[in-house]
Amino acid sequence: MEYEPVIGLEVHCELKTKTKLFCGCPTTFGNEANTQVCPICLGLPGTLPVMNAKAVEFAVKIGHALNCAISKYSKMDRKNYYYPDLPKAYQISQYDKPLNYAGYLEVPLKEGMKRIGITRAHLEEDAGKLVHAGGKAGRLDSSDYSLADYNRGGIPLVEIVSEPDIRSADEAYAYLTELKNILLYIDVSDCNMEEGSLRCDANVSVRPKGTEKFGTKAEIKNMNSFRFAKQAIEYEIKRQVALLEKGERVVQESRLWDVTENKTKPMRSKEEAHDYRYFPEPDLVPIVLSEDYVKKLKGQLPELPGAKRARFASKYGLTPYDAGVLTSEQELAQWFEEGAKHTKNPKGLANWIMGDMAAKMKEQEKELKDLKFDQKKLCELVDLIDAGTINSKQAKEVFAEMFDAGVSPAEVVKSRDMAQVSDPKAIEGAVDKVLAENPSVVADYKGGKQGVIGFLVGKVMQASQGKANPKLVNEILKKKLDS
Amino acid sequence: MKNELLEKTIHEVSADLKAKKVSSVELTKAALDYLEEIEPKVQSFITITRDEALRRAAEADKRLASGKDVTPLTGVPIAIKDLLCTKGIRTTCASRMLETFKPPYDATVVEKLYQAGAVSVGKTNMDEFAMGSSTETSFYKKTKNPWNLNCVPGGSSGGSAACVSAGQAFASLGSDTGGSIRQPAALCGIVGLKPTYGRVSRYGLIAFASSLDQVGPFGKDVEDCAIMLGAIAGHDPMDSTSADVPVPDYAAEAKKGIKGLKIGIPKEFFPEGMNREVSVAVKDAIAQLKSLGAETVEVSLPSSPYGLAAYYVLAPSEASSNLARYDGVRYGLRIPGENIVEMYSKTRAAGFGPEVKRRIMLGTYALSSGYYDAYYVKALKVRRLIKQDYDKAFEKVDVIATPTCPNPAFRFGEKTGDPLSMYLEDIFTVSINITGLPGLSVPCGMSKSGLPIGLQLIGKAFDEATLLRTAWAYEQATEWHKQKPALKEE
Amino acid sequence: MALSEKDVQYVVKLARLEVTDQEVAKYTQQLANILEYVEQLNKLDTSNVEPLTHPLDVKNVFRADELRPCLTQAEVLSNAPEPQSGHFKVPKIM
Repeated sequence: MEYEPVIGLEVHCELKTKTKLFCGCPTTFGNEANTQVCPICLGLPGTLPVMNAKAVEFAVKIGHALNCAISKYSKMDRKNYYYPDLPKAYQISQYDKPLNYAGYLEVPLKEGMKRIGITRAHLEEDAGKLVHAGGKAGRLDSSDYSLADYNRGGIPLVEIVSEPDIRSADEAYAYLTELKNILLYIDVSDCNMEEGSLRCDANVSVRPKGTEKFGTKAEIKNMNSFRFAKQAIEYEIKRQVALLEKGERVVQESRLWDVTENKTKPMRSKEEAHDYRYFPEPDLVPIVLSEDYVKKLKGQLPELPGAKRARFASKYGLTPYDAGVLTSEQELAQWFEEGAKHTKNPKGLANWIMGDMAAKMKEQEKELKDLKFDQKKLCELVDLIDAGTINSKQAKEVFAEMFDAGVSPAEVVKSRDMAQVSDPKAIEGAVDKVLAENPSVVADYKGGKQGVIGFLVGKVMQASQGKANPKLVNEILKKKLDS
Repeated sequence: MKNELLEKTIHEVSADLKAKKVSSVELTKAALDYLEEIEPKVQSFITITRDEALRRAAEADKRLASGKDVTPLTGVPIAIKDLLCTKGIRTTCASRMLETFKPPYDATVVEKLYQAGAVSVGKTNMDEFAMGSSTETSFYKKTKNPWNLNCVPGGSSGGSAACVSAGQAFASLGSDTGGSIRQPAALCGIVGLKPTYGRVSRYGLIAFASSLDQVGPFGKDVEDCAIMLGAIAGHDPMDSTSADVPVPDYAAEAKKGIKGLKIGIPKEFFPEGMNREVSVAVKDAIAQLKSLGAETVEVSLPSSPYGLAAYYVLAPSEASSNLARYDGVRYGLRIPGENIVEMYSKTRAAGFGPEVKRRIMLGTYALSSGYYDAYYVKALKVRRLIKQDYDKAFEKVDVIATPTCPNPAFRFGEKTGDPLSMYLEDIFTVSINITGLPGLSVPCGMSKSGLPIGLQLIGKAFDEATLLRTAWAYEQATEWHKQKPALKEE
Repeated sequence: MALSEKDVQYVVKLARLEVTDQEVAKYTQQLANILEYVEQLNKLDTSNVEPLTHPLDVKNVFRADELRPCLTQAEVLSNAPEPQSGHFKVPKIM
């Protein structure tokens, strides 16, 4: 039987506000344990939360960028559960009135664009961090004790929940990539997976292809890179299909992606079902957003990757793939677009950016801001090629020098005397000389071996130190030989 | 020996301090000496802060000498309920759970009292986590009613009421979630005021039920209460539910008289079969108000009798969540366990007393899957009905007058066996917390057995001034507030 | 909705408490009495009534995204039952 995977993703995105969601502690990553903590985020008795306006603003921006409906009336709720990383034993989150709901994301796939529904994107606070120590240290299930650090506790998060619209690990990967790109575009999160500012869980189930009813799902956690997410989902799909084919059942449970063994494993199941006892947070008041406020934030959004991609393709004559690459980072897209103003051949510019420039940047671990040259110089290079001043082989050399030293291509061409010779008179002289020096080859040609012309072209080019226009050389040689 | 200065009110002793008839250090020493002398009898305090008090008294004397920033509270010894956080001074909530807890910060109200120059002599006893109506659920001690040491002082702010009644402090702060200021004020024969929800900051008040809790003052008379309220009221950016409403000069407002004031009398607060001594005293008080120029109007609050039932869903629900943080990880008691769940459970089983556990269970149940709508949401809907009743009544009247409690003080152990009978003590007070309105209790009589009776005045939101005005006018015409308890067993 | 001992045991677990069997019986009785009293709420028709969460009508209270001082690590850990190397130590979780 053929099976179809059904996947929904939950992405937690830490907002890059200066301070935490409910107190004035900083949100910086990597400081010494329990040094970014105040009575409020430590959950000390008597303390009260006060909502960070910037966090609401960022959350609404996310809603807009994900085509969500923005709640005019929203509120915070308490999600009650015990865990030592949760100082108040409840998380302030949103239950039945999320800030954003009913949105979608257009994801570029090889087959074209796919719309994936966004159920909700709500605001909540992050928990602290636990270090599992003793025993097999670092592992939850075999450590002797844990150590709690509340620096992260209270950092604003937006939880973005997708509809179960995703049908493969590749789609999941594409969704995550596009979502991250959008979050970076709108500048609300660092999206740094290593530092945990972007985290992802997946609900995975499979069902016989063509059926409607969802299969039993497993929730996959601990996937701390997109690559792991893809691997984990792939593994999980295979695991579930194998179970069903053996006539066994999939158990509804949480599973962890084990990076070392490359498999998902069941989290040791807690002894009780979750009963979070959500209720409205009495220490906070409702969030009632005005039409103006919501509109104003929409107006502040930059052009998003999807729109930019479409525009690049039509305006600059790029393939969808190239447009996708150039818009994959906002900075890169800007860099390209600024450059496109300086050349009549934006496609040529795009090719250089994605080709030699990208390769060299990767090789030398450089970012756009580290470049020694600007777009104008790169455009100069494109134009020099288009004008026939240099050939593509020379262009690579010129590019290398521009990349390393920041010099302008025109100067390189000049200083190295590289300009292509396109003066027929000058070329004729060189051709005559080569013909005179190679009478036997000329005889071969005239005897019918027309292929030797390539040898003669090479000789002329050599004589001109590569500067002669190869097309002209070819033409003149032919004319002379055939006359 | 009780120094005669200790018999005075704040407005009287403050004049003495300003006139340099007495220094704050002298006054504070006298108060502390007397406090400690009678403490074995009354047991109002969990922690007495003598050194801290004398240090603050010396500071107050400097302020009084310079004449700068002197308020009516500068140099005056007061007491603070032990659920208001005090930096570096242990704050226990009368619970074993917080026996060693020293907050690293001051509650906003504590900060405000310090700023006014008040001198805190200590932290007062209370029902554990403010859950109770007799102060008997305290882990530490049983505070006695100064009028009869065999009776309870009421609760949960029993220590704060008893210490003012007995003269151990000039005034005190309490908190009121379902009647915890007004009921002990009535039972101890002093004035107690629960401000409008949002009038006083809750930052640093250890939460029982967040949407009902409010900090308020106890005073020997109405003017002292007005002075205390003026010092603690006002908007606090640290509390999202604190209202940005101007704070009037309460002491001045209190003296404006009540001619033409419309006082509502709700029949629901005078049910058949109620304690006769209480109903007679309260009705006499209403008649007295009428004779002072007020007009009385019958009003109806048909949903208010359901307030107690709604309260015993809402308050425990919020409490079950608020008290979840006491888990032995970051502060307070820890009983070791093999694993985290065992540690949590052992700690909470040992740290909380039976009444706290009962309410945590009740609230957890009311919020749990399958019961949330039937209990919690239903109670919130009834809450709106009750609020609508009051809104309607206040279209016609300025103040509503009722008894504060159904009975005078009861004996120790009388109601501890049956939780519901204890809860019924709050029958007249809880609906004010549910609606967020301000309420005040002022002494209005004595039972034959010599126990005080209180008149409850309920006001419009943020109109504490009218409550104080009504109570002050009544007080001027009566002598109840001048009677002093004998600290005897009867 | 009669409260059973099983309900009480469930709630005890959920609230991370611990009670003896005798206590369960006592608490069940007491809580059932209170719930019975609470049942009177059902006498009121609330079909067209919106729940009232906050006693006062307040909305949109925000603070600016501005830093405020933190506690020192020593202050953070000053009340900790078991501090260890800058952290709060807790027994094993599984």
